[in-house]
Amino acid sequence: MQSDVLIIGAGGAGLVAAIHAKKEGASVKVLTKEYPTRSQTCMAQGGMNAALSNAGEDSVEAHIANTLKSAQGEANEEAIRFMCSEAPSAVEWLDSIGVCFSRTEEGKIAQRTLGGASAARACYAQDYTGLKILHTLYDVCLKEGIEIEADKYLLSLLKDENGTVCGAEVLDIRSGDTLHYMAKAVIIASGGYSRIYGSYSTNATASTGDGIAIAQRAGAKLKDMEFVQFHPTGLKKSSILISESARGEGGYVVNSKGERFTNELAPRDVLSRAIDAEIKKGEDVFIDIRHLGEEFIDDSLPQERKLAKLYENVDPVHELIPIKPVAHYTMGGIQVDNKSQTNVSGLFACGESANHNVHGANRLGGNSLLEIVVFGKEAGVNASKFAKEQEQRVPKIEQENILESIKEYTNELDFYAQRENIAKLFYENVGIVRTKEELSLALQEIQNIKQNISKFGVSDTSRVYNTNLVEFIEFINMLDICEAVVQGALQREVSCGAHFMGE
Amino acid sequence: MRIEIKRENGFVSYEVEAHNATLLEVLNKIKQEKDNTLTYSSSCRSSVCGSCSMRVNEVEVLACAYKVQDGDKIEALKNMRVIRDLVVDMDKSYTFNAKAKAWLSELNTGASIIHEKQHINEVQSDCILCGSCYSACPVYAVNEEFLGPFALTRVWKYVSDERENGVQEKIDTIQTNGVWDCTLCDGCTVVCPQGISSKADIEKLRVKSTMAGYSDPSFAQSFGGGFGGDFGFDGSPQF
Repeated sequence: MQSDVLIIGAGGAGLVAAIHAKKEGASVKVLTKEYPTRSQTCMAQGGMNAALSNAGEDSVEAHIANTLKSAQGEANEEAIRFMCSEAPSAVEWLDSIGVCFSRTEEGKIAQRTLGGASAARACYAQDYTGLKILHTLYDVCLKEGIEIEADKYLLSLLKDENGTVCGAEVLDIRSGDTLHYMAKAVIIASGGYSRIYGSYSTNATASTGDGIAIAQRAGAKLKDMEFVQFHPTGLKKSSILISESARGEGGYVVNSKGERFTNELAPRDVLSRAIDAEIKKGEDVFIDIRHLGEEFIDDSLPQERKLAKLYENVDPVHELIPIKPVAHYTMGGIQVDNKSQTNVSGLFACGESANHNVHGANRLGGNSLLEIVVFGKEAGVNASKFAKEQEQRVPKIEQENILESIKEYTNELDFYAQRENIAKLFYENVGIVRTKEELSLALQEIQNIKQNISKFGVSDTSRVYNTNLVEFIEFINMLDICEAVVQGALQREVSCGAHFMGE
Repeated sequence: MRIEIKRENGFVSYEVEAHNATLLEVLNKIKQEKDNTLTYSSSCRSSVCGSCSMRVNEVEVLACAYKVQDGDKIEALKNMRVIRDLVVDMDKSYTFNAKAKAWLSELNTGASIIHEKQHINEVQSDCILCGSCYSACPVYAVNEEFLGPFALTRVWKYVSDERENGVQEKIDTIQTNGVWDCTLCDGCTVVCPQGISSKADIEKLRVKSTMAGYSDPSFAQSFGGGFGGDFGFDGSPQF
């Protein structure tokens, strides 16, 4: 199996990269551990930022300024400038391929205000923005004849004798076979790592940071892993996301007494800390959108109503929605340059798995969908250009296949229970407010588990669709990610954006 | 309460504690605490990714959106090969999107979609490709080449979109094993977790097809065939 460009991950970033790599003349293959269209991108609700001025005055400069401010000095201004300047044409491109954006009375793409934005800048499709973008990208891939293979799980990256990445070792989940996919360039687009927080995360269960952990093992540098964004409004019981658009459209955040205690449109890190402090005082916290009215809620926030009813048993038209802040987006990731290339030759990255240095210490709502479209394209184009200059190479296999190692593990300890313990530990110790002592404790715990990894294992011995095995490998990947997050947090002694050091 | 799950060798009964819990929560509990070999797919757990479609008491549901009841019988989707337990091979139904050319073929650059018009294909573009409609489709059950519900809904999504200039090509593509094969039984509508009616979309595509000069081939065969195929404009036979 051979292609010019191999892409790991079929979310928004991976599919955009695939479309543009193909356009650039490369043969492309996309692998995903699920089916395409199942990825985290489908959960993005609020919108995608672009200074179009369709709903009031706005400018690219204002978009840049807002993004920079939220990033707290930890982002690269040139990268932000590029992203914000490209935003209008990125939205125009999505419109041209058929994304069903919501519209204004005059037929322009509708825009709304999200937190930290000085204007109504987020283009949206009700509260299904990510879903509709992802599915339209998928349709374009079919039109272009791009091959996407489902149920293929990345195990490791293959390198030639010069250390250039030349393919990937993959588990075929359906057959249990290990496969080698050879390529002249590989793009990691496998998503973020919010699931290290387990049930304290809004994310899909697949967001386990596999690509980041595996890139690191192949020698790629990671950057700013300690910057984890906590979304202020996860549902209290299930952590399922209530979109920022609920506040953007005028929703209030209130405590048990029904009092507002914070600015609802403050950036996510500020609001999450305010809510966290209120909860620690013993208050319950709610989002209140009752005053927006049933018609408006059904027109603009249909998904929020459905989710609140289903998972919290409340109807937001008549009742308050109980919430808590939960892990939502990971700013950290594989370090890349302005060509989306990592420090490892032949290896590129985009999407949440990469760190393009545009979100810094705190991502603005509406900038993640933008990032995947703008930098997904860069990754696709640049990987394709790189591939053109390469010969097909032969991998030099050094390390043992992870599946062989796991067979020797004793399975005395239950990794599912441990996974949830870690989630709780991280929510409490490596969460919204951190202290050096708590961080050190978490690091010790993770290193301890890593040392004893051979005492865990899998009980399912089937070769066919062994999700017990896949989940265990995800667990191993998450341990590496956890270690990188805590180490980053310990090294950063001063509070910055989402990384907040308390007393 | 007790629920039964159809696994490789038939139904297996599980005693579970579930108060107002979703089926997905219960499956997770069984897998993590009782039987690590139980196999199913899931991802977003909030009804937008389409991974956890399965059948409860012979009706298609998303496990993350269904509240478990005592005595529930859980099975994989129908009309697709079961890979293991509740996981099916959906490759075939996925290929119909490409077969039906469910994409924007040719951009109409002059299109203007005003607020009211956005509702034309708003619901259709909510589709999550969970495959429940193929499982519930009696036509797909007997004709595995039938383009099927979600692919045809996707075609309608683009055909109804002002930005699409290539409507004719789309209509041409869905004549064989397409719009006329549907029995309009509405089974797909009943099970769609996103409130989409593929049956209604297929009816709209039939109208478009008729306007493009196509007609129901079974109608043409049963009547036209018997009378030599020559009917006048008013429907009276021509001799």
